[in-house]
Parts: sequence; C-alpha cells; structure tokens
Amino acid sequence: MSREQKAVDRARKAFLTGRSKSLEYRIAQLKNLLRFVRERQTEISEGLRKDLRRSECGTPLYETLGLESEINLAVRDLKQWAAPRPVSKSMMTISDQVYIQPEPLGVVLVIGAWNYPWAVTIGPLIGAIAAGNAAVIKPSEVSSHTSKVMEDLLPLYLDKELYPVVTGGVTETQELLKQRFDHIFYTGNGTVAKIIMEAAAKHLTPTTLELGGKSPCYIDNNCDLSVACRRIAWGKYSNCGQTCIAPDYILCDPSMQDRVIEEIKKNIKEFYTEDPQKCPDYGRIINQRHFKRLMGLLEGSTIAVGGENEESECYIAPTVLRDVKPDAKVMQEEIFGPLLPILTVSSADEAIKFINQRERPLAFYIFSSDNKLIKRMIAETSSGGVLANDCLMHFSVTSLPFGGVGNSGMGHYHGKYGFDNLSHLRSCLIKQLKMEGMNKMRYPPHTEDKLGWARFFILKHVDFGSLGRMALLALMAVFVAVILQRYFTN
Amino acid sequence: MESQKQVLERLRAAFRSGVTLPVHFRLTQLEAMMSLFEDNENQILEALHEDLAKPKFETVLSEIEIVVNDICYAISNLQTWMQPTYVGTNLATKLDDCFVRSEPLGVVLIIGAWNYPLHLILLPLIGAIAAGNCAILKPSEISRATEKLLAELIPKYLSQECYAVVCGGAEETKTLLENRFDHIFYTGSQSVARCILLAAAVHLTPVTLELGGKCPCLIYGRLDMKAAAKRLVWAKFFNTGQSCVAPDYVLCTTETRDALLPFIKEALESFYGSDPQQSPDLGRIVTDRHWDRLVELLKKSEGKIVIGGESDKKTKYIAPTVIVDVIESDALMQEEIFGPILPILTIKSLDEAINFVNEREKPLALYAFSDESQVVTTVLERTSSGGFCSNDGIVHMSLPGLPFGGVGASGMGNYHGRWGFETFSHKRGCMMRSWLLECVNVLRYPPYNESNLSWLRWATTAKKKGWAACSVM
Repeated sequence: MSREQKAVDRARKAFLTGRSKSLEYRIAQLKNLLRFVRERQTEISEGLRKDLRRSECGTPLYETLGLESEINLAVRDLKQWAAPRPVSKSMMTISDQVYIQPEPLGVVLVIGAWNYPWAVTIGPLIGAIAAGNAAVIKPSEVSSHTSKVMEDLLPLYLDKELYPVVTGGVTETQELLKQRFDHIFYTGNGTVAKIIMEAAAKHLTPTTLELGGKSPCYIDNNCDLSVACRRIAWGKYSNCGQTCIAPDYILCDPSMQDRVIEEIKKNIKEFYTEDPQKCPDYGRIINQRHFKRLMGLLEGSTIAVGGENEESECYIAPTVLRDVKPDAKVMQEEIFGPLLPILTVSSADEAIKFINQRERPLAFYIFSSDNKLIKRMIAETSSGGVLANDCLMHFSVTSLPFGGVGNSGMGHYHGKYGFDNLSHLRSCLIKQLKMEGMNKMRYPPHTEDKLGWARFFILKHVDFGSLGRMALLALMAVFVAVILQRYFTN
Repeated sequence: MESQKQVLERLRAAFRSGVTLPVHFRLTQLEAMMSLFEDNENQILEALHEDLAKPKFETVLSEIEIVVNDICYAISNLQTWMQPTYVGTNLATKLDDCFVRSEPLGVVLIIGAWNYPLHLILLPLIGAIAAGNCAILKPSEISRATEKLLAELIPKYLSQECYAVVCGGAEETKTLLENRFDHIFYTGSQSVARCILLAAAVHLTPVTLELGGKCPCLIYGRLDMKAAAKRLVWAKFFNTGQSCVAPDYVLCTTETRDALLPFIKEALESFYGSDPQQSPDLGRIVTDRHWDRLVELLKKSEGKIVIGGESDKKTKYIAPTVIVDVIESDALMQEEIFGPILPILTIKSLDEAINFVNEREKPLALYAFSDESQVVTTVLERTSSGGFCSNDGIVHMSLPGLPFGGVGASGMGNYHGRWGFETFSHKRGCMMRSWLLECVNVLRYPPYNESNLSWLRWATTAKKKGWAACSVM
C-alpha cells in the first residue's frame, strides 16, 4: 500500500469510529487549530519568508488573522449550524417532524495552493472539521517550506489520523487522486482542476474548485481617484500580485490613464519606498518558472512604471503598463504577478461588453462614486464575487460566500458556507404509524373519488400565515374527522 | 432541422440578451408550464400509459400534481428568492453594504429518466426557469411516448428562444455533452453519471446527479404491522417498483417477517385483487430488456418466493413478488432492483441491520418502520443517505421544503422547491465599500509595522461576540 493510500485508509477508519461526529470533539479540534496558529506564528512566518519573502507582519495580516476569525466563528456557531433545520410542512405532514439534518460527508481531500498557503489550505480545513469530516491535507509543494511546517507541526495539535498532512508533488497528488474521497476541495488553476474533476468522476466524488481568472478593475471617471488608486495598488502588489483575486487589469477612460498611472506610482513609492527591491515589505515571485513567464508577458506592451527585475532574486518591480491592447500577451492569461495593465475604454458600457466577452472572473472590482452605476455594472456582468471601491476585502467577510462561477470555479466557502459545503443536508421526515385512515385515499384500487381527495390533500402545499394556520388546522380537524368516518370502517 | 450546435447557439444568444432576467419573464414561463399541464392532461395520461402502463392515479399524483405543485410554489415565492440577501457586517464594515445575489448560470442541460419521464425532466426545469437560465431538455428515449409529447408541447408553451427539447439516444446524448453548458442536471444511473462527469470536466461544468442505489427498509421493534405493511406495499409497488426511492429490500427479524407477511399479502390483495395482472392499478415494466433483466434476477435468486413470481413477457407483466431467505450474496442484492420484487433479509439485531446498511453504498433513501421512536432515532443517527423517512415510503419527496438529492454513490446536489432555484443559481457575494474610513485602511498598508498590526489584531479579536467575524486587513 502506498503512503497516500495508507493515510486515506487510516483517515477513513478514524472517521468510521464516529469520534468526529460529536460537536465537542470538533470544537476541541478547532480550538487546537487556533492554538497552533497562535503558538506557532514564528515557524509559520519563517516558512512564508523562505517561500514568498513575506514580511513578518504579512503573516497575520494575510494568513492567520483571517483563520483565527473563521475558527472563532465556527466554534461560536457550530451548535446552530449542525442543528436540525425545520422546514415548512404540507397539510398531510402537519403532525410529522420535517427537517434537514446536516451530516458529515466522510473523508475530504483539501488540496492547497502556494500563494496564501495557510489561508487557502487551512481555510477549507476549518469547514471540513466543523462539518465533522476527516480531512487529508495536501499542501502545495511549491511553497515547500510552509508545506514542511504543516507536515511537522499540525500533527502535534490535530488528530493525526483524522487530519493527516500528505506532502509531495505531482506523483503523490496523482496517487492521492486514485483514492476514494467524499469530497475534493481544490484551490489552484483551471488546467489541474480539469484533471481533478476527471479523477473525481471515477468515484462520483463532488468537488469544490476555487480557481482564478483575470479579475477586471473598472475605474469610473466619477470617483475619488487618489483613494481608489491607493486601494488598487495595495490589492495588486500585495504578495507581489500572486493573489487569485488581485485586480488583474484596469479599465478606464483614456482621459484618466495618466492620472491613474501617477497615483499608482505615488502609492508604490509610499508602500515600498523608492527601491522596492530593498524593501522588506515587498515580496518575490515564487520561482524561476513564474518569473520567466511574467517577463514574457511584458512583451509588446509599454511600461509606464517599474519594469525593473532581477532573475537571481525572482524580483520584479511593481509595474504598470499603459495603452495595453486586448490582444497583448499580458491579456491572454491570468497575470498572477506585479504587472498592472491599463486598457482604455470610452464608457462603462464598453467596459461591460469587454468583460462579458471573456471568461467569468473570480472577482470584479468597480471604483465609482455613483452607486447606481455600480449596481448596473453588477447586474450586467457575472463573476464569482464583486467588490466596489476596494480590493480583496470581500474575502474576509465570513458572511459572504467566496467562490467562482464558470471558469473561475464551482462551490463556495467561508463561514457557514464552508460548513454547508462540506456537509450532506439530509432530508428527514419522521412519521408515525398512526392516522392510517388518512392514507386510504392513496391506496389502490383507485377511484375518481379518492383521486379527488388525494389531489387536494396529499400534495397541496399551503403557505401558512399565523392566523391562517389556526383556521386551517381547525378545517383540517373537520376533514380528518370526516375522512376517518367515511373511510376508516372497511 | 436544427443541429444541436445551432440550438445551443440560439439559446446562448437569448441568454446573453438578458431576456430571462426579469421576474415577469420567468413568471410567464412558469405559468405557461402550468397551462401545459392543464390543457393536456389526457394526452399526458395516454403517453404515460403507453410507456409504463401507468394507472391514471399514479400519473396524476407523481407526474402531474407534484410538478404543478412545485410550479405554484415557485410562482408564489419567486420574488422573494430573487431578492438579494443582505448579510451582517461588523465594526470595520458598518458603513459598507454586503449582500448575496442569486444569479442565473446561463444555458443548462437537463437529462431526464424514463421512470417518471415527465416529472424528472420538468421539475428540474422549474428551478432552471425560476433562476433565470435557458435550458435544453433531453428526455429519455426509452419512454418514447412521453419523449414525443415533450418535443411537441414544450415549444408550444415555452419560449422557443430560451428552451429547447433535443431527442435521441446514447449517441446524440454523447454529442450533446461535447458542448459547453453552465450546469448539467442528470437523473439516471451511476455508470452514465461517470461519463457525464468526465464530459463536464472538460469545460469545468458543475453537475447535479440524481442517481439511485438500493434503498434499504429496516423494520424493527414494536409496530403496527397492518399499517406498516400497507405503506411498505404502496411505496414498493408504486410505478411497479420502478422508483429511485422505492424500498429496494427489507431488513427485519424472522419474527417480524413472519408476522408481517400475512399483512403484506392482505395489502397486496386489497390493492390489486387476487389476480394483479387484471388490475388496472398495477403498471408494467418499461421495456423488454428490463423485463428480461428482472425475470433473470428472479431465476438466479436463491431465495424462496412466498408471494407472486408470475410473469408474462408479452405484456411485460411481473406480479408483485415477495422473496424470503435472501442472503447478502444473492443475485437480487447485487444491483438496484427497480422492479416489483421485494426481497426480505433477516437479521438478528438492529445493530446487525445498521452494519449491513453501512457496509454498502449510501442510498438515495433510507426507511425505518417502528413504533419505537428510539429505533427510528438510532437508525437515523447511525446511517447516512440522501433522505430519510420513517414509517412510510417515497412521500418525503413530495415536500418542496426538503432538498431532494443523494450523497456518495446516490448522487450530488439537490432540488425541489427553493433548492431547485439555488441549484441553478450562482450565489455572488457582493460588497460595496464606503469611501470613508480610509483612516482605518491605513492600518493595512505598507510599510508594515507592529503598532498597526496590534491595532488590527485588537480590531479583529474585539469582534468575537455579537458580530459577524471579519478580519480587517
């Protein structure tokens, strides 16, 4: 048996013992996870520094504060989330119990990514644990130092059998994908996502795919440009642009372009000093392969700001490109780096048309002081999520579902959505063997008479108002008496 | 004659035009669907009778009323469903608006099945229309008369721009699946479901699969035998056992079985008379192939037939049959029966029954009959299934408030009522930030420093109680 098979096998056996079913157990594990995040900030930071040149403050800011928030929410609300959810009844089921019972799925596979390795690997794990599942955690091998921290330290805090960390590259992932899971949660790119869906098909395993795409950023003529460009610069250059919801490119009026460039240049300087290469708060490209890819994207476009780079360090300066054409190299794929192209459009309508001609992105950003325009742009486009007048922030609101649509993904998580996504919502109808008289109308031999009753009674769903409910109950009592009298005597 | 690609392009253009978005359009289409049923009841009864010898009662209840009911439910609630849901904000986002919009996916594909040929294709369509999508319907070619009826009536009642019926068999379905859809809704078997998932993977298309499996029926403890027998028999032989949620087999003790059998016999006689073949209320097997399959199962089975067993190939008739002394390795236990054959397996304890069920794939429905509520609770808590119903069968499907769907091998995703609307929608998280409070944002900008970070930390931990948690970045 391979190492991967063993881990999955053990997780399944541990799940079948039923210990993750109790809410107390789940909460204990979540609290352990919280302790881990708080106690091991140094190791976590060190790993991130080596992987992404993330600065010390970047760790809590971009990775762990969000996790703490999610864990606290899950611990606080788990009882409510896991409780039976009553639903509306029909006339025939008025004395029955009708509800939805959330249940664990079983063994979930969480495949993380390298750009925010903690946020996108542990984030889904929180939902998996809260929902009562076992989870095999496969961190990205690209962020190898973080992966090692997870492998070495998580087992010291979490149930080793229920939540094993399985590290490795393509081969190990392929071996994992041969196993049977009850759900696969993947964060990454579309190409690998297709392979994952194919592997999942074999076992009829449902998947959640958090992918990416080119997230457009529209800047309206009517907006506070200096605040807008500040927020955009922060959203773009954090983590060196390696964010699935980074504003990928800007759409604005030609008359705005120069000012946008100026403002962004100003903010780059404020955030990262005159020489970002020396600034500890500015990151690096994850590896040589991506560095070369990004440098290639610059071809054919005019650099307005930045452009400096150093291969040995995988350093690319915060860069802005001007007058970019739709067929430019930089517009053919998700950038995932610190290059910010500006394309000019003459109106919001043109921007909408441009966006709709392309694959649905994970995020859509609109900067405008005109709320009506914002609402219109939302209504006339489609994307995973929308954020007006800022960047990235919607990721951190736990009451909003975070996920893509079309090429940007399927399924969503965060907060209760994370719990529901990794649960099975089981419909439950608890009936008694009494009141058998009522059922006579549905049994053969069928008569027109019985059909009439059945048509009226069995399926009619009525929306009960509080007064209406009283009246209807009274009416029903009468009907029941009539039916019982008519049909009960054989 | 339009090619599949042309149909798809037409629907995609219609969707892009935005015609399906306004609530008025969706309501009109739903009302038209209602008229389709009201105007064509006789034709529907005839078609279902031709395909499955379905008695009028069953057609009315399980093909017409259940769909019409869901249409009414959608019409009454659509405006509410379409409203954006405003969600809680916290200290840092008090001046912001956070809401979730339900938006259509685009052009969806709905593939129906032959056992409830109208219901299983039109009920999902309700959700698709309500959510603002365009849809291609691919009815099962096995229920030929209903397929023909759908091809005739859908274009007559619904917008031809937005909804189309594509007919054909395995080849045509395969070609259809090469196209890109925004959601595929499939009802049918596990083997075909795998092909559908593979086809969907090419385009990263989300999928809902309503499959089947062997739905166990545990009968245990103290119970009203007569009532239990009646309900069991009704649920099992409805549509001649060809229901994805029919109780497939029974697990009970020898004593229970022996006490139950006379009541089952009595129930069968009261339903279908002493010669069920003469009863107009018993349906027939859908095709010769399936009839052969079922008769073969009966032959191979090593159990003892105690009721029924008769069959007639010409009319595709199989008598309501009950077989006892069936063990795990029996032919009847190797596949979903999907016919009027009820095996009874005996167990010695409730634990044994539960373990038996848990060693198998998760079923679409699980039934427990008992007057002891503890028995029902134990079964419910220690098993998993798409849905669960105690002391009855099938009826949990008729409640629009309950999501209808499987888990594990019995499927993924769900529908009925609002769940159908949600299945065919994208939940888009929207946030409209205020231009103010830029001073708070300062805490997140570089150059990073410990002081800002501790303010942020404080701002986050203060939100533990009473606020929707949110990390301020």
